[in-house]
Amino acid sequence: MHGGSEQLRRPASEKTPGKGDGAYTLGPMQAGPVCCDPQPLIQVDNLSLRYGAKTALDNVTLDIYRGCITALIGPSGCGKTSFLSSINRLTDLIPGCRTTGRIRVDGCDIHESACDVQALRQRIGMVFQKPTPFPVSISRNIELPLHERGIKRRADTAAIIEQVLRDVGLWDEVRDRLHASALSLSGGQQQRLCIARALALNPQILLMDEPCSALDPIASGIVEDLIGQLRGRYTIVIVTHNLAQARRIANYAAFFWVGGHAGRLVEFGHCRQIFESPAHELTAAYVNGVRG
Amino acid sequence: MAETVPVKSAGIHRDRFAQLTIYIAAFMVCAAFVWILSDIVRGGVAHLSWSFLVDAPRDAGRAGGIGPILVSTVLVLLVALTAALPLGWMTAALLAEYVSADSTFGSAVRYSLQVLAGVPSIVFGLFGNAFFSIYLGMGFSILSGGLTLACMLLPILVSTGEAGLRAVPDAYRLSAAALGMSRKTTLFHLLLPAAAPSLAAGLLLGIGRAVAETAALLFTSGYVDRMPGSLLDSGRTLAIHIFDLSMNVSGGDASAHASALVLITALLLINIAAMRLTAGWQRRKIVPE
Repeated sequence: MHGGSEQLRRPASEKTPGKGDGAYTLGPMQAGPVCCDPQPLIQVDNLSLRYGAKTALDNVTLDIYRGCITALIGPSGCGKTSFLSSINRLTDLIPGCRTTGRIRVDGCDIHESACDVQALRQRIGMVFQKPTPFPVSISRNIELPLHERGIKRRADTAAIIEQVLRDVGLWDEVRDRLHASALSLSGGQQQRLCIARALALNPQILLMDEPCSALDPIASGIVEDLIGQLRGRYTIVIVTHNLAQARRIANYAAFFWVGGHAGRLVEFGHCRQIFESPAHELTAAYVNGVRG
Repeated sequence: MAETVPVKSAGIHRDRFAQLTIYIAAFMVCAAFVWILSDIVRGGVAHLSWSFLVDAPRDAGRAGGIGPILVSTVLVLLVALTAALPLGWMTAALLAEYVSADSTFGSAVRYSLQVLAGVPSIVFGLFGNAFFSIYLGMGFSILSGGLTLACMLLPILVSTGEAGLRAVPDAYRLSAAALGMSRKTTLFHLLLPAAAPSLAAGLLLGIGRAVAETAALLFTSGYVDRMPGSLLDSGRTLAIHIFDLSMNVSGGDASAHASALVLITALLLINIAAMRLTAGWQRRKIVPE
């Protein structure tokens, strides 16, 4: 077994802005068996999550592996999105939401007081179900988070903007109208802009909450191909209702189900194993379309 | 089908009657406005001239102009807005962004603002006189009048500001937070620009209320019609000038009408300017679709 996930991590120099001559591409795909030597990057232990009196997630323990795409599948209301937003502590913003249990990202407990939540979120990009571009220009959408990060020199931001827009395949479509409103883009373009915006901060992890479900099939295909290309460079956790999509792009899959009024993790494993030889009968019924 | 005819025609009559009533109501609203406006224009336009705008009043306002009064009005308005805008919009940001909708503190602030909004302006005048003029020793001054007005403007500015911020979709807040943006950046670079039309509406309502205010200023900024030398001088605003001319000065009607015409025209211009400015500001921060 070759590889090892260290090799899958993108060298830091690759993203250095200002390297000129338009060479801002993702580079060749990492070939070979991915994640053959899985190293957990996100470790979730006994995570439970409540909205007021209602339990949304019950006692979830799960490791997310570095450099891999992990798909979260399961019916609506089984806590997939809640799970996703507890990783970057976006649940803090929801009134009445309480989490218990432990989540470690790269070994650090995200609920410890030493953890800077703003820095955590800059390391963890997130893409939402509906494209959420800010109602400002295309370039400003990417500039705003960069400014917050302390990257303010015009040359630096311009280089990063070009790089990430190239990474998501949007550069050629918008290079002449970077100052036009982001809302003038089509749905698929908006979603790719949101992915670019998340990539601009050079995150380690990308959380994606059904990023294709609000898009038409063609735009959805483009975004899906893009997610596939990001494999190996980012650790991706993606919620999807599209089982075929999960099967196509994910290395690992986690199947959630509502049991006893709370979402819980039923089964986690290699994507192929989940779809072809599930250990749990609920998983088998769901992936075969019998239930769910 | 013959039996349906009477029902139908009765329905049509009722419909027409309702339509007519609605039209008459709308017409009466317009008529009231046109009546007031034409009365003011008819009585005041002959008296209006450049020298009326810049000269000092003579003979208790029967002759001369309204130069010092315009200056006092602008100064009172500036003092009021300088004090009320930051306070009002910051409170709006607090209520909309920093405390949860049902928190005790938020409700207490909102309730006190509602009470404040219902207080008659003469009571504000008495309060301003007791607190700013006497207790803080500002006397009858533009500063004292402006600060009293600021207290009256707060409820308007806070409620329109809060409503505007609440109308901004939560998706912006969530995605900004997910990008590691601080609440401050999100507020100043996304939420306030997005709420700009609502803030401008509040500002206009506030300006309208401030320049129309009479009772609260009688006891605070006073009605000395000299050109004010500083903010600590007493100054007479347009509204007080109109009140004084029509109530206390016989033969002052023409001046009162002309002053009212100036007031209404100024309000109209402020409205247009504020709308233009907001549109421009929003375009700079937020590119429209």
